[in-house]
Amino acid sequence: MKQLFYKEAVRDALREEMLRDERVFLIGLDIGRFGGTYKATQGLWEEFGGERVRDTPLSEAAIAGAAVGAAMTGLRPVAEIMYNDFLTIAMDQVANQAAKLRYMSGGQATIPVVFRTQEGAGRSSAAQHAQSLEAWVAHIPGLKVALPSTPYDAKGLLKTAIRDDTPVVFFEHKLLYNTKGEVPEEEYLIPFGQAKVCREGTGVTIVALSRMVSRALEAAETLAAEGVSVEVVDPRTVVPLDIDTILESVKKTGQLIVTHEGYTRCGIGAEIATQVMEKGLYYLEKPVRRVCGLNVPVPFAPVLENRVIPSTPALIQAVKEMVQ
Amino acid sequence: MQHSEPGVTVAEQQYLPTIDVMKAIHLTMVKIRCFEERAVELFMAQELPGFLHSYLGQEAVAAGACACLREDDYITSTHRGHGHIIAKGLRLDRMMAELFAKTTGYCKGKGGSMHITDFSRGVLGANGVVAAGVPIATGAALSAKMRKSGQVVVCFFGDGASNQGAFYEAANLGAVWSLPVIYVCENNLYAVSTHQSRHQKVKDISTRAVAFGFPGISVDGNDPITVYQAVAPAVHRARQGGGPTLVECKTYRWLGHYVGDPASYRPSEEVAEWKAKDPVPRYERFLEEQGVMSAAEMVSVHEQVKKEIDAAVEFARRSPSPQPEDALQDVEP
Repeated sequence: MKQLFYKEAVRDALREEMLRDERVFLIGLDIGRFGGTYKATQGLWEEFGGERVRDTPLSEAAIAGAAVGAAMTGLRPVAEIMYNDFLTIAMDQVANQAAKLRYMSGGQATIPVVFRTQEGAGRSSAAQHAQSLEAWVAHIPGLKVALPSTPYDAKGLLKTAIRDDTPVVFFEHKLLYNTKGEVPEEEYLIPFGQAKVCREGTGVTIVALSRMVSRALEAAETLAAEGVSVEVVDPRTVVPLDIDTILESVKKTGQLIVTHEGYTRCGIGAEIATQVMEKGLYYLEKPVRRVCGLNVPVPFAPVLENRVIPSTPALIQAVKEMVQ
Repeated sequence: MQHSEPGVTVAEQQYLPTIDVMKAIHLTMVKIRCFEERAVELFMAQELPGFLHSYLGQEAVAAGACACLREDDYITSTHRGHGHIIAKGLRLDRMMAELFAKTTGYCKGKGGSMHITDFSRGVLGANGVVAAGVPIATGAALSAKMRKSGQVVVCFFGDGASNQGAFYEAANLGAVWSLPVIYVCENNLYAVSTHQSRHQKVKDISTRAVAFGFPGISVDGNDPITVYQAVAPAVHRARQGGGPTLVECKTYRWLGHYVGDPASYRPSEEVAEWKAKDPVPRYERFLEEQGVMSAAEMVSVHEQVKKEIDAAVEFARRSPSPQPEDALQDVEP
């Protein structure tokens, strides 16, 4: 085991897969010489050269589309969309092309592309650089969606994503890049559709995505001291979603809070809550509660940003209200 | 057309199609013409669900351009793509079955007219999102270059698509990385109902190539030999690592944007003027004058094609429809 930064775990996953399979290559803005905006690709251009680590013009539609075309013709591209907010510009290629060409062709096309991007608020990046948009792509059949919350998950999930023949949208979090965690020395992969119970508990289940996992764990720690036992579940992949692990937890606790930074309205929390209602209504003692991004654009001022993005105190408050 | 006249430049002479290629082009154009005519008939008789975007009138572009390609070269096609895929060698019966929404169709009935494709023949999809094939074609060219396969990609798109952001992004990427892609613009003067003069300032879309930094040429898209002579050197250049070319083919569609669109936005004199330049009889006159094919030979081709299309329709009608649960298959590998 070694301690790695999340950004290093991402880089190691990319590096290992590029060494393992010469068809894997990287394409995106400033990923080469600059090492990536958040340094997740640092050192890869120096090691693999410009043929396999390709800096592009500022053209998300071309980046995504070229990745689709290359994936359909024998290569395994990992395309970076620098901020998930810019998925908008790439969206046709992601949602109408990558996700659908296999189906529309009656199964002829295989499109092993990974779209790596990052999401999240917390450093005053303002409304166009702070969103969490996994709900947009989770909605589209034909895409898999992963959100690692730790270096361990980032590496294992990214390797799986690269080896998967389905298009994957991989959401890293900008404030997780410099967090550290334990990562095995030996090779490992994490399958999609396998949630992780990050902390066991008996009183309340918190299902958390991405950076909200660490906040949920902080809240659980504080609440434990006050006699409330919280179980924290990280789905790790939204598509496919491991609803069984979530249901098992809800069956035990009877009380569910779902938390993510993405806007509350039509966010992943809505999907999880509905699936729990559909398959485990009678496990629930109370309505499901969502502690998610408020339905406003993310503001710049720290005091405003902290109001709209769910915080550890907000989670603690929500749990306390639930157990009253 | 004057192939054997003096004064033809060396460059043009290098790219003269052989007799066999000229005959193959004729066969392709007749196939497209007859297939499309029959498809329109069937659609109007309500045997085909969905929409049909007819390639009638544009046969020379697909036939001339695809005649320049190797079997393992790629194309990307569009919603108005039957001509491209026939020119790339797809089977009429499996195409027809797809129009009839049968399981024997190329896409098992899951795509329909706008999306008929055969990846095994290098057709990288037919796209219903205008200009979406341009980034994909560029990516396939990137793949060919990285794999050193020598393959090239012909990307078909229209005048409407030439205004899309995706076109600019992709062509720019093709340019800066010198990718082996030929952007073939079928300018039929209309983006749905909007005449070119109302959707862009330029008349010659090929001039936009300057913005990217590669050559552009505008040609008479209703003459397959002219199209061939413009695309062949571009294909050669691309294979040698010279990067993209933009070949604009001026042409016209006989019917509206979709079958059933009365196209009253087009003046009848304009339609008549273009129909008088019908590429199929025009090419046949040329072939006869040049002694490439006799009138009898060409009639025979028409008869053969008609038989093939009759058989294709029979095949399609007799083929099974998908089961409802088939809808759940083919999302993921």
